[in-house]
Amino acid sequence: MPTFTREEIEHLGDLARIALTDEEITRLQGELNVIADSINKVQEVAGDDVPPTANPVPLEAYMRPDVPATPLTQAETLAGGPKTEAGMFVAPRILGSEE
Amino acid sequence: MTNEATNELVKLSAAEQAAKIKAGEVSSRELVDAHLAVIEAAEPSIKAFLKVSADVAREQADAFDNKSADEKAALPELAGVPIAIKDMIVTKGIETTAASKILEGWVPPYDATVIEKLKAAGMPILGKTNLDEFAQGSSTEHSAYQTTHNPWDTERVPGGSGGGSASAVAAFEAPLALGTDTGGSIRQPGALTGTVGVKPTYGGVSRYGAIAMASSLDQIGPVSRTVLDSALLQEIIGGNDRRDSTSIPEGPRPMAAAAREGAKRDLKGMKVGLVKELGGDGYQPGVEARFNEAVKKLEEMGAEIVEVSCPHFEYALGAYYIIMPSEVSSNLARYDGMRYGLRVMPPAGVPQTAANMMAYTREAGFGDEVKRRIILGTYALSAGYYDAWYGSAQKVRTLIIRDFHNAFEKADVLVSPTSPSTAFKFGEKMNDPLAMYMNDIATIPANLAGVPAMSIPAGLSDDGLPTGIQFIAPQQRDEVMYKPAAALEAALEEDWNGPIWKDLKAPWLDSLAK
Amino acid sequence: MAEKLMKYADATKKYDVVFGLETHVELCTKTKLFCPAEVSFGGEPNTQLTPVSLGLPGSLPVVNKTAVDYAIKLGLALHCEINEWSQFARKNYFYPDMPRDYQISQYDKPTNGNGYLDVELEDGTVFRVPIERAHIEDDAGKNTHVGGADGRIEGADHSLVDYNRAGVPLIEIVTKPIEGAGDRAPEIAGAYMRAIRDIVRALGISHARMEQGNMRADVNVSLRPSADAPYGTRSETKNVNSFRGIEKTIQYEIRRQAARLDEGKEILQETRHWDESTQTTAGGRVKSDADDYRYFPDPDLVMLHITKEHIAEMEAQMPEMPRERRNRLKSEWGLTDLQMRDILNADALDLIEETVKAGAKAAGARKWWLGELSREANAKGVSLEELPITPADVAEVEKLIAAGKLNDKLAKQTVVGVLAGEGTPDEVVKKHGYKIVEDSGAIEKAVDDALAANPDVAEKLKSGNMKPMGVIIGAVMKATRGQADAKAVTKIVMGKIKA
Repeated sequence: MPTFTREEIEHLGDLARIALTDEEITRLQGELNVIADSINKVQEVAGDDVPPTANPVPLEAYMRPDVPATPLTQAETLAGGPKTEAGMFVAPRILGSEE
Repeated sequence: MTNEATNELVKLSAAEQAAKIKAGEVSSRELVDAHLAVIEAAEPSIKAFLKVSADVAREQADAFDNKSADEKAALPELAGVPIAIKDMIVTKGIETTAASKILEGWVPPYDATVIEKLKAAGMPILGKTNLDEFAQGSSTEHSAYQTTHNPWDTERVPGGSGGGSASAVAAFEAPLALGTDTGGSIRQPGALTGTVGVKPTYGGVSRYGAIAMASSLDQIGPVSRTVLDSALLQEIIGGNDRRDSTSIPEGPRPMAAAAREGAKRDLKGMKVGLVKELGGDGYQPGVEARFNEAVKKLEEMGAEIVEVSCPHFEYALGAYYIIMPSEVSSNLARYDGMRYGLRVMPPAGVPQTAANMMAYTREAGFGDEVKRRIILGTYALSAGYYDAWYGSAQKVRTLIIRDFHNAFEKADVLVSPTSPSTAFKFGEKMNDPLAMYMNDIATIPANLAGVPAMSIPAGLSDDGLPTGIQFIAPQQRDEVMYKPAAALEAALEEDWNGPIWKDLKAPWLDSLAK
Repeated sequence: MAEKLMKYADATKKYDVVFGLETHVELCTKTKLFCPAEVSFGGEPNTQLTPVSLGLPGSLPVVNKTAVDYAIKLGLALHCEINEWSQFARKNYFYPDMPRDYQISQYDKPTNGNGYLDVELEDGTVFRVPIERAHIEDDAGKNTHVGGADGRIEGADHSLVDYNRAGVPLIEIVTKPIEGAGDRAPEIAGAYMRAIRDIVRALGISHARMEQGNMRADVNVSLRPSADAPYGTRSETKNVNSFRGIEKTIQYEIRRQAARLDEGKEILQETRHWDESTQTTAGGRVKSDADDYRYFPDPDLVMLHITKEHIAEMEAQMPEMPRERRNRLKSEWGLTDLQMRDILNADALDLIEETVKAGAKAAGARKWWLGELSREANAKGVSLEELPITPADVAEVEKLIAAGKLNDKLAKQTVVGVLAGEGTPDEVVKKHGYKIVEDSGAIEKAVDDALAANPDVAEKLKSGNMKPMGVIIGAVMKATRGQADAKAVTKIVMGKIKA
């Protein structure tokens, strides 16, 4: 049965790219432990003989013909961008932890 | 048009409104204006809409009205009737937010497949309805923008996540709406607002353009006031779409015909299964009573009632709360402040890097419930827990599919109450995620198994609030549930001396009439 | 900080080398892997996107059949088991150039598993490289770093993102750990990469230009004390994009790791980068659980079913594989190993074969492409393929020579004309009026004139001193505008001085 520690929730916040506040971490710790308890019993019935189902309707992939379609214009593509420059999206610097 | 006429018009079902258009008694533009008038009057107390697209709707209505008789004749039955869209479905040129701050101001450059189909069918779009942020919740209280009120009691929630669509239809702001249903988000609000809500077979309606919450569970479906209206709408929005790999190759089933057949109220030869695990404990007495009466009605119309057992349903909620957040954690990764929506830079003293920008954007842009699910899903997928959690949940899914398979050997259609209780008060379950999750106990199995299910009004509980009954049919046999649902609707309306909403006090309509 | 290195010979004597390659090959489909946005390079930024490749909310992926066809062909070429059912999974991680912040790749159910590639080394030895898998995945966009030195990510102020490349189909070919290579590991790696390039080009599934990033590799190297010891900790050098760089990376890592091990230091499991300017690898991020990609089956994509019929259809389209083709051409053209290697090194095999197909003799075709034309390409800094002359042109020139219509000198001038854009060889010949003067009367007259004009030379020749013959030939050539045949002129002169 999983028990969520503070460190674990901080780590999950890092993985999920959410800058959780201390208060949120405390609250999530409590809530997630309760939720985890209640969903933990799925393991009881998941025997080795049961195959997993990823998609409820049994289909096989349709393969699209390799034919181009009209793309979005650059203006449409950039329209939603919080920050753009020279036809591109601007990302803050990717490396660096020193300030 | 007089206000009285407006009042009469908006209370008609979508099929009746369509018939008036065909008869030349009303234009699409008049229908749109009538509903816009109701929206204006109702919104201060209902708050179902995040965005009203009045200009777009009028333009579409005029375009329809200007078509030739031949062109109109080639369109589906509901042509010209307006519709409201849950703000989880993208609409070209109309702001789409999923009720989240992180998408505030986003105007999509494309239409969802269902929107293309509605446009092709000549159905004007009235606006975008409220929901729990990214469809995550059962009360619509998790919207980042506003709280939608239940037209039956404005102190209470309309259910969720599609509370906006359900309330809009219940309050006569729209004759029809689209919803999305991942664990009950169409059916549970349907039950709580006295409307009809349908979750089609998974893959029966294209998901292209439905903002993803949990991809293997999400399905777009109709919201309406009558069973026939939902059937007609599902035939329009359904069918194969090559832009959705999970779309079923076959076209929509003959649902309207099944609904019309059902209205004859003859269910001889039909076996209706009561799911043992979805009855008994945990239901509000009034909910249980209306359900039992409804089952009796089905029996009176000739249906044979059989009990079926689905022993793995007790694991459904657990499996759902692993699969759903796992997929949520991945589907919502794209909201990172780079290409659209919100961007929040880290505060001073924190390195101004792309990674930190993303983390502060997501911290500011997502609400508590969404963050809770993302963190839970991140955990469920992470190394070391995948097999125990996600792997096990996918196996439970297999077991639930088998349960349904066995149940449908004994019964043609299954029934259960839709929701354990009637509409609850604002704030009642906000701080207790588990209690909130229990709302979906009866609706979740259908999502896990991909089978079609619908909720229709079963009557008012002892507290005077609507309750719902759920019909579940086998995969890709959606028409099978429409027949008994329409039969029950007809039988109950006879008992009630009219549709359930004749008991709805709608002061906004009164003010309109003055 | 310069790292300590052990001498290569000592390192490979002392330690057993294990290496592996993860090669990314960009497919040359018309559209992207999961949406119909056209793939083309050099377009305006952010103009080759649909809602799907831009990762817009609500958009959904649909797999491109041609990409699957290409994967099957590569699987067949690499002797892989082609799985009847394969599955796309999501690899979750955040990066500004990833439109969905997850990559769609194949994880536990790849399309191709378990194959091998026989690689021929310079000395003719054949080394079998075991293949673990070859799976399909999509590429990310491209970051341009602004504000730092030389456009590098280090020290940049911000980055500009062009998502055009996002969604371009890739196949990642992953080898099993390659053992038993010893000190030939770099050579084997280079030969393997070249073999992969030749195969994907032969299959027509990728342009495979390393310098343009169509092909790049992650290089894993580890050392262990002996061949029966467990694997050592490996380093992973990312995105090496030249054959030479791959060879050097392996060499460098062997030397670096051996030096560390010798000093009793640990090898870190880390990602490194090959620096072309310093010819070294530099340490990057230490692998940690931050690399928890949370793979799971992509719920937007159902299982990919590859039928026996589909495989048979692709099998019928398979061209001859490069190694078999090389061996066949070598014997058809009667070449030695060395001659064949020269052709391969010059990247001239296809051109020579096409020239032969167009009617030239192999020897003639080889002479042009490896001689005159290679020099021209080198001088201009372009590849042979990029020269403005086609194999058909070269074959045409050869035909004119064979028909006695051009001599070597005129042939060269004709080729110069073609390269200068004056038209086809025929057109160049016509334009300049090139032709061998066969009228021996005209040549005789020119010889007489030349001898008369240079009496001292004529004397020397008569006395048996043949050295100044060139003076006469030159004068005759001048008089006939190069159209005389040097041998014929010599013959006539000899006749005259003896007379």
